[in-house]
Amino acid sequence: MEAFLYTALGVLVATSYMCLYRIGSGPTAPDRTVAIDILGTSLVGFCALLCLLTGRDFYMNVAMAWALLSFIGTIALAKHLEGMGFDE
Amino acid sequence: MNEYIGVAIVIVGLAFDVFGCVGLVRLPDIYTRLQAATKCVTLGTCMILIGIAILTGLNATGVKALVCMAFVLITSPTAAHAIARGAYKFGVKLEEPTVVDRYAETQTDEGRS
Repeated sequence: MEAFLYTALGVLVATSYMCLYRIGSGPTAPDRTVAIDILGTSLVGFCALLCLLTGRDFYMNVAMAWALLSFIGTIALAKHLEGMGFDE
Repeated sequence: MNEYIGVAIVIVGLAFDVFGCVGLVRLPDIYTRLQAATKCVTLGTCMILIGIAILTGLNATGVKALVCMAFVLITSPTAAHAIARGAYKFGVKLEEPTVVDRYAETQTDEGRS
């Protein structure tokens, strides 16, 4: 079980590096925004697997807070790309 | 028995995550990257959380995993729509083999009427 969880965490770290590649080399700003969104969503799964691996409960709270805060950040970046103010 | 089912669901979710991120790296255009990455990674993360809820059983951690799955399932498509609209308004052109752009047609129709 433990070896499986470590393998799963390694796979998620590999997907995070793919997202980091797209953040670094994205030709336009929306590419980087998509990659930041995807990075946040896959790190929610990372935190949930850490909760199962270490047996500590607070990692799931971190995952919930991360999901909501990543959503707010992505919406703010999308509004900024669209050229609107934040109060519309 | 529950352990095998949960591990299988987590493995399928990890496969969806990997394929979504490969699409994010390999595809040529912002819109194709968006549709590959967002859908695959949302489903993959939701399956990981369902698998963890099955593995831990019905206690506080499992219920939190299900609530977190609901959050991801609501917020991620909303963010994807906002990014697509923002990218179009930002002025990113569609890649060359794309043949139809319905959003531009609606924009011109609104301008005429």
